[in-house]
Amino acid sequence: MPGLAAEFDQHPGIWRGSELARTACPGIASGFATLDAELPGGGWPRGVLTEILPQHEGIGELRILGPALAQLASQGKFIAWIAPPYLPYAPALAAAGIDLPRVLIVKTANDDDSLWATEQALRSAVCGGVLAWPRAIRFAQLRRLQLAAEGGRCLAVLFRPTAAAREPSPAVLRIALATAAGGLALSILKRRGAPLSRPIFLPALSAPPAAAGSSPTSRFDAHVVDSLTSAAAAAGSISARLALA
Amino acid sequence: MPSPEPCAVAERQRLLACDAKAAARGLRTGMPVAAALALAPGLRLRERDAAAETEALLGVAAWAMQCTSSVALDFPDLLLLEVSGSLKLFGGLEKIAAKLHQGLTAMGYRARLAAAPTARAASWFARSSKPCLIADAALLEGELTSLPLSVLQCGEEEVLSSIGARSVGDLLALPRDGLARRLGQGLLDALDQALGRLPDPRGFCVLPEKFCAAIELPAEATQAEALLFAAQRLLAQLEGFLAARAAGTRRLQLNLSHRAAPATRIELGLVSACREAAHFALLLRERLQQTALPEPVRSIALEVQAIEPLAQSNRSLFSDELHEEGNWPRLIERLRARLGAAAVHGIALCADHRPERASASAEPGAKQLALDFNLRPFWLLAQPQALEESGSVPCHHGPLKLLAGPERIESGWWDGADAARDYFIARAADEALLWVYRERSPAGAWYLHGIFS
Repeated sequence: MPGLAAEFDQHPGIWRGSELARTACPGIASGFATLDAELPGGGWPRGVLTEILPQHEGIGELRILGPALAQLASQGKFIAWIAPPYLPYAPALAAAGIDLPRVLIVKTANDDDSLWATEQALRSAVCGGVLAWPRAIRFAQLRRLQLAAEGGRCLAVLFRPTAAAREPSPAVLRIALATAAGGLALSILKRRGAPLSRPIFLPALSAPPAAAGSSPTSRFDAHVVDSLTSAAAAAGSISARLALA
Repeated sequence: MPSPEPCAVAERQRLLACDAKAAARGLRTGMPVAAALALAPGLRLRERDAAAETEALLGVAAWAMQCTSSVALDFPDLLLLEVSGSLKLFGGLEKIAAKLHQGLTAMGYRARLAAAPTARAASWFARSSKPCLIADAALLEGELTSLPLSVLQCGEEEVLSSIGARSVGDLLALPRDGLARRLGQGLLDALDQALGRLPDPRGFCVLPEKFCAAIELPAEATQAEALLFAAQRLLAQLEGFLAARAAGTRRLQLNLSHRAAPATRIELGLVSACREAAHFALLLRERLQQTALPEPVRSIALEVQAIEPLAQSNRSLFSDELHEEGNWPRLIERLRARLGAAAVHGIALCADHRPERASASAEPGAKQLALDFNLRPFWLLAQPQALEESGSVPCHHGPLKLLAGPERIESGWWDGADAARDYFIARAADEALLWVYRERSPAGAWYLHGIFS
């Protein structure tokens, strides 16, 4: 029945197993072309739950979100940081192009409060991005957050330990982060579309190409990146050139 | 306020009013107190409190000023609203009546609403058992004639009934000069005012500057839900008061008084001025659930000292996404009500070279300085973490490889918290990029201060 197949092709909730799903709501460009190419909707998805599972903190889990957050904040949307493990540092956020008055930090005393605050932020139409660091979270609670995310159009990201990859999750996109040869390897564990066997490689501390030159702060980033990569090539010698003038 | 036992109000040993539970036991208005107690031994009896009634009437008057600025009091139990100027704004007499009725129910009052072209006639209709809304002056006389004479409250009902007058219509049919000779000019004037033949000037009341209202609970309460139920009535009254002044408020104070312990004070602080009772109730629910009460609560008082003008925003014609976005203070208030004011904040740059002082918490949404810093990590440790050193190399889960630096930061000698440090970007064995520094002192200790992420 060709008519039926054509109709299926029109439906955003149905996709072929061999292709990426089309999404009703286009994603937010991540600033990394290789990553965007593998994400349904051409970027970080909105209105669904995304899980990022870094091997450990500090390997670049925020850097890969930076350009998307900057874009959302520039549209006047709030970025909620719920129960972050350390203090988000204003100079770095500003350097990433994130409009600081649009940053909202929520500290919580326990997991119940974190989940409650995450759900409130997801349900309000105020936040463009919700980043949450729940310590322990059950499937039913994840499901609840997924439903809350579906009601809005915001980028909802949960940061969870790598061990969580073995547990089932209602999140629509799950990405594990690991370091690889001086860079960052992103393994897409789950997405709407064909599974991806090989990880996506992003070079270390690279300034997003789209942002380079567009904002005054990224000029500086690009300079440091050059220095850093050359420093790495110099195998441990402290680069005297990088006096960070 | 529903109470578990039947409840009644008495005056001079006679029942004045009773609730539905008492009525179900056979209690009636006018019944002697002794008979009422025999029928319902658990009856909760209150003496009539005229001062509280006046207070309540004034509160309702202030609330009703959201519909018209001309509100007159007719003690002890009547309010007159001059609404002819408001009909167009609210969409007609029925709409205003429905709005008033809904609001009065939310505040926990029962009222009979009536409307007529003259104030006197409207008050008679409200006192009659069958209140009606009459907009047309031509219909007024016909409707008035069927009213019983009790609505006049002139004290001459017995004399009138002895001469065969039972309704206002009978009275109007009597010769005017004879009526004036027997019962005085006052009665005739009242009839003329009701029909609009004589002017009927009224003094309108003036809105108070502050809002202050209280409710005495019928039974002592400890549950947050019970307190919220009572508080919602006060909040509904507050909403009307604020609407009458076209204002909102940022600060509410709720006093919960107890039998012996000092009153518990709950203060609600808002990010932006607001007047919606539903939003106040949402915030108050979180606060009440967290408040530990020393004793059960006997009465609740709501106070608002400062109000500020609140502009009505235009509704957008199409979908409301933009409208919702403007509502970010609501989200922050909701989060703060549960988590505390300090737990929810924004972030700002500060003009200080010391890294721990370059970032500070700020009010979300506030305008900020633009400052340029060198490459900085996304995460800053609240306290620098001391690192071990092995063979002149700092260690953090293994030796660190210094990639870039030093960046010398030497500042703050003037305020006692001086820092003299050399900062480096280092790579740990697990590939994490760290921001470490070495103190510029003879000991030269290493610290971890940030994590690039």
